[in-house]
Amino acid sequence: MNKGWKFYWKLFSSTFYLSAFTFGGGYVIVPLMQKKFVDEYKWIEEKEMLDLVAIAQSTPGAIAVNASILIGYRLAGLPGTFVTILGTVLPPLIILSVISFFYVSFQKSTVVKYVLRGMSAGVAAVIADVTVKMGKDIFREKSIFTASIMIVSFLAVTIFDVDVKLIILVCGLLGLANGLFHKLSKKEMS
Amino acid sequence: MVYLKLFWSFFQIGLFSIGGGYAAMPIIQAQVVDLNHWMSMKEFVDIITISQMTPGPIAINSSTFVGMRIAGVAGAVVATIGCVAPSCIIVLTIAYFYYKYQDLWVIKGALKGLRPSVVSLIASAGLSILLMALFNGKASSWLSANLSQFDVVAGILFIAAFIILRKFKANPITVMLGSGLIGFICYQFL
Repeated sequence: MNKGWKFYWKLFSSTFYLSAFTFGGGYVIVPLMQKKFVDEYKWIEEKEMLDLVAIAQSTPGAIAVNASILIGYRLAGLPGTFVTILGTVLPPLIILSVISFFYVSFQKSTVVKYVLRGMSAGVAAVIADVTVKMGKDIFREKSIFTASIMIVSFLAVTIFDVDVKLIILVCGLLGLANGLFHKLSKKEMS
Repeated sequence: MVYLKLFWSFFQIGLFSIGGGYAAMPIIQAQVVDLNHWMSMKEFVDIITISQMTPGPIAINSSTFVGMRIAGVAGAVVATIGCVAPSCIIVLTIAYFYYKYQDLWVIKGALKGLRPSVVSLIASAGLSILLMALFNGKASSWLSANLSQFDVVAGILFIAAFIILRKFKANPITVMLGSGLIGFICYQFL
């Protein structure tokens, strides 16, 4: 894949920018990446993006890092991976290095506290917005299988506090079983 | 050799934290506090607090913070590379097979099951962030939330931000920064 430095700069600056604003844990970067790479740049399709998130989520390591490795690899192979990893890791590296010097006064500052308190409401709204959109798309597939997986896994994690690893494992296996079933029933027909 | 020790320690942290975010916490604690005594338990809790207030994954934040304290900037870089390395190897291997055998029923099937569950997991993470925002971190669950602790400013910010995002397709980072600014003004002067 032969891509100019402009492309790599765009890739680096967008992952850097996204990572610098991922407050509140790994899942937040997912909607932001979706907005940037799917809606704005149209580099990746939404369905593929969800696949990448599923892989990022079910492999070891931070979701944000895994997702950016996948996006870099998808868009520009190994050089792309290197660029996106750098873009994702640098903001926390820089910010935490600075904070480790000023930790005590940072923690005591009411300005910081109030800004972060307001921002958490904004973060919640961003996640809500993307969840509504993604959920709608799942229902639009009109598949009882995917819709019920979504509903049951939501209830499992929110109400019954089921371990996330277990949910991922079970959903993956259910998907496998469903795929096998379709493959076998197709063979019988032909 | 302190660099090697840092690298190996954070390599294990990267390798064993599946599911991202808070899944990494007990593993970091075991390596950094219990095994190597690089930090006290109190400092470890501080790291978690900082991670919630700053962008970036908890694992990357703690590798920077610990690396900095043990061996300066070089230590921070080594620990971060160690933390990212397992993800790189594993995620790239899977990505390679995903793009090579995307049409294989095994991968297609498993992803069909995983995709809807990812939407649910994002939704549930969103709900806990919303709970934290609306009750300023004072409620541990939606059922036990005390209405007298409801943060009206955060509630209005959330609804306004959600409407702006849904109706006007606004840039999420602008919305987050805007709610931080408005939050600061309200909490400081009201």
